Amino acid sequence: MMVKKNGLLAAGAIAVAASLALAGCSAGSDSSGAASDADSSTLTVWVDADRAAVLKDAAAAFTKESGVKVKLVQKDFAKIQEEFIAQVPTGKGPDITIAAHDWLGNFVSNGVVQPVELGDTAADYQQVAVTAMSYEGKTYGVPYSIENIALLRNTALAPTAPATFDDMVAAGTAAGTEFPYLVQIGPEADPYHLYPFQTSFGAPVFGTNADGSYNPDDLTVGNAGGEAFATWLAAEGAAGRMSVNLTGDIAKEKFYAGASPFLLTGPWNVPDAQAAGIDVSVDAVPSAGGQPAQPFVGVQGFMVSAKTKNAIAANEFLVNYIGSEDVQTALYEVGGRPPALTAAFEAASSDPITAGFGAVGATAVPMPNIPQMGKVWQFWGVTEAAIISNQGDPVQLWQKMTADIAAAIQ
Amino acid sequence: MMTTPGTGHDRAQIVAAKRQRQASRIAEAASAGIKVLLVKVLVLGIVDAISVYALFVLFAKQDWLVFGLVLVVTVAVNWIYFRVKGLPAKYLTPGLIFLLIFQIFVVGYSGYIAFTNYGTGHNSTKDDAVSSLILSAQERVPDSPTYALTVLEQAGVYSFLVTDPDGDISVGNADSPLKTVTDAETDGSGQAVGLPGYSTLNFADIVANQEAIAAVAVPLSDDPNDGSLRTPDGSAAYLYLSDLVYDEAAGTMTNTGTGVVYTEDPSQGSFVAADGSELQPGWKVEVGLANFAKAFGTDSIRGPLISVTLWTFAFAFLSVATTFALGLFLAIVFNDLRMRGRNVYRVVMILPYAFPAFLSALVWAGMLNPQFGFINQVLFGGAEIPWLTNEWLAKFSIIFVNLWLGFPYMFLVCTGALQSIPGELQEAATVDGAKPWQVFRLIKLPLLLVSVSPLLIASFAFNFNNFNLIYMLTNGGPRDVTAGVNVGATDILISMVYKVAFVGASRDYGLASAFSILIFVLVALVSIISFRQTKALEELN
Repeated sequence: MMVKKNGLLAAGAIAVAASLALAGCSAGSDSSGAASDADSSTLTVWVDADRAAVLKDAAAAFTKESGVKVKLVQKDFAKIQEEFIAQVPTGKGPDITIAAHDWLGNFVSNGVVQPVELGDTAADYQQVAVTAMSYEGKTYGVPYSIENIALLRNTALAPTAPATFDDMVAAGTAAGTEFPYLVQIGPEADPYHLYPFQTSFGAPVFGTNADGSYNPDDLTVGNAGGEAFATWLAAEGAAGRMSVNLTGDIAKEKFYAGASPFLLTGPWNVPDAQAAGIDVSVDAVPSAGGQPAQPFVGVQGFMVSAKTKNAIAANEFLVNYIGSEDVQTALYEVGGRPPALTAAFEAASSDPITAGFGAVGATAVPMPNIPQMGKVWQFWGVTEAAIISNQGDPVQLWQKMTADIAAAIQ
Repeated sequence: MMTTPGTGHDRAQIVAAKRQRQASRIAEAASAGIKVLLVKVLVLGIVDAISVYALFVLFAKQDWLVFGLVLVVTVAVNWIYFRVKGLPAKYLTPGLIFLLIFQIFVVGYSGYIAFTNYGTGHNSTKDDAVSSLILSAQERVPDSPTYALTVLEQAGVYSFLVTDPDGDISVGNADSPLKTVTDAETDGSGQAVGLPGYSTLNFADIVANQEAIAAVAVPLSDDPNDGSLRTPDGSAAYLYLSDLVYDEAAGTMTNTGTGVVYTEDPSQGSFVAADGSELQPGWKVEVGLANFAKAFGTDSIRGPLISVTLWTFAFAFLSVATTFALGLFLAIVFNDLRMRGRNVYRVVMILPYAFPAFLSALVWAGMLNPQFGFINQVLFGGAEIPWLTNEWLAKFSIIFVNLWLGFPYMFLVCTGALQSIPGELQEAATVDGAKPWQVFRLIKLPLLLVSVSPLLIASFAFNFNNFNLIYMLTNGGPRDVTAGVNVGATDILISMVYKVAFVGASRDYGLASAFSILIFVLVALVSIISFRQTKALEELN
């Protein structure tokens, strides 16, 4: 008896689950559903855990003023790109999502985002942030933070900022520490952290169009500057100052342990360094090749789904609430990344660390957001790693890499 | 023969059988009892209520396929549980429904994806692609002014009442271009806020009708090339020009700026120009065997595919062989009653099994660092052995770490199997004068293999697709930079599929699905052959 009853209950539960699953599979496959009209005045926003708390207040203020409810859905930042691309076409995605600017090319070529009209407020943001949020001349997002690497200096070991790369090596050697300087590399190298050195030789990855957007047909990485950079990398590797054994974790720990006065890193490592009792200062990356050393800038912001039914409410929320100084400042306070809104950035610059990273970021370049960039990474790092470990002629390896990238982009 | 009622004896048998059936039916009905019946009715009621709701929703969405499925399943469930007979079906149905949804459907869908171009740029329907292209093609006219906007409504038609920066006020709607008006009501700042004969919408009204209002495009003049006003937020309007025009009848997209005509190509699922350039995004279409042709026909994929397949087999085989050998050895040692503190040792042995495998792999990657890793620093006195960056050492490291991760499982399995072998067999053999090695080789091992070999095959299949370990320990590296493909020395099929299909910004789910079908075929073949062998082993005993 008992067995039978349990079996029956289980059967019922399973059948319920099955019907729901089947119904769920199809939900939203057609946008003309009657059910979805009911929530037309609810904005669904995907946000990561850190940002959610801040947005709660902005959302509440917005609801109070406009009557539009805002539903914040917490997501793992690393998974948002995939899920957004997968869910928007089914109609189940959010109205707005938090995003990194370099996802944009992928989003646009999948047709999941729509342009956002910043209108006259565009001028209120840092120029680099708006450029980063643009793709083929159109702006697709409201930026909230800017992030880039810079040179972290242990002031106890090196009292002054180095002007050039040679100065840095000299100061590092004079400090008598284990490493003259530290930059994370790892077995597949780290082109992101090595990029400022590369640009100082005049070899950006892509050339730019007149409007500042990247031109995928103009692969500048293989120019004479790129070859000079490759030769320089091989020399640094041979001198033992750069090593593929130096992963991000190890570089960080060595710096915290005082094994070097300099670490090329981003704002995310500053709190730990300060907690380790190091008095840090943020400087520009010293030039190795004579030209300005420009790191990549990553911009975070909010983008609007191509299939939203709440376009006007979404625009209003982003431009007038996310774009307000209060919210940008609050987002800065949880994330520690310089705000994208100029007014909020200036207020945040009272902190010397933020001001330091911000000053470097102002001269930096946005990470290319064109989809072709995805093809670059897979050849870039391993080639740099091979050059640093002196596995062949650096110029030949570099040119081989350029040819491979060009072939992959085709 | 039995069915022809011949003799009286036969007839009596049939009658008896019929009575028996009736009796068992009554017994079954009686055993069901009133309580069970109530529960049954209640649960089925809930199921039906939800199903009917789902059917209504699906009907409204006109999703006929799923509608039909839900209907069939609901009817079948009711029929099965209201019948008195058919007890086995009552037990089997829930499992079958689960099987249908979570296995058959998933497998079938992945198989279907292998025959489409699903991936970056082709992830939705044609309608989505068209509307997305049109949306993105809207571009604000450079240096055009911001128009302060008030949205008006008259007889269900939305009009834009705009004030330009010079203070001029005009009104227009989707059908009639902007024209200047003089009788508008203005607020303190000179912005028009109302017009006689129209009702002014406040923000709540705008939000309530935002889809319609966002779609309104008010032409600036009779000439469409002057562009039209649109509003992104309901309070300001901007002048937009679209550089793409869609002609649904001809299936073409025309770029008004350059004059290039992009024609719909149903075989590719995108709009393609005469020079071969295509518009992004496209849409998902069936492409037949194109993905399989790509897997075998593209040089950059076919070349590595062969070497990677060989290494995958070597890796899976060696992983199973080494872990089984070590696990078995330890099991025998700890199974010996003379061993002291066996329980403590056993717990220690299980530890690697208790850690999450991907975390262990990461920790090992750190320990194997040539310059700073524990292994070289402490065990090899600072020698810089490139454990993970030399092709052969990396392969060795992979198998070694997998041995560390995998032997506890084999140890557990073998301990269990060993303890189920009767001790008398060993005693009898010893009495007959067999040496311990002979006892093990001729008696214990064959008996052990009978029960363990299905697990060895399963372990082989698992390691064949052991993505975690490869990805976390070496990420498939080291790579030969001169090879020009993104495949390293320790990549196995599954990690190669991951790289080919997912690394970089362009995902290709179609190709990945085609690959997974190929992997499935390989694993299935190996498993079938191995299970045949196991059967032979069983017959031997």
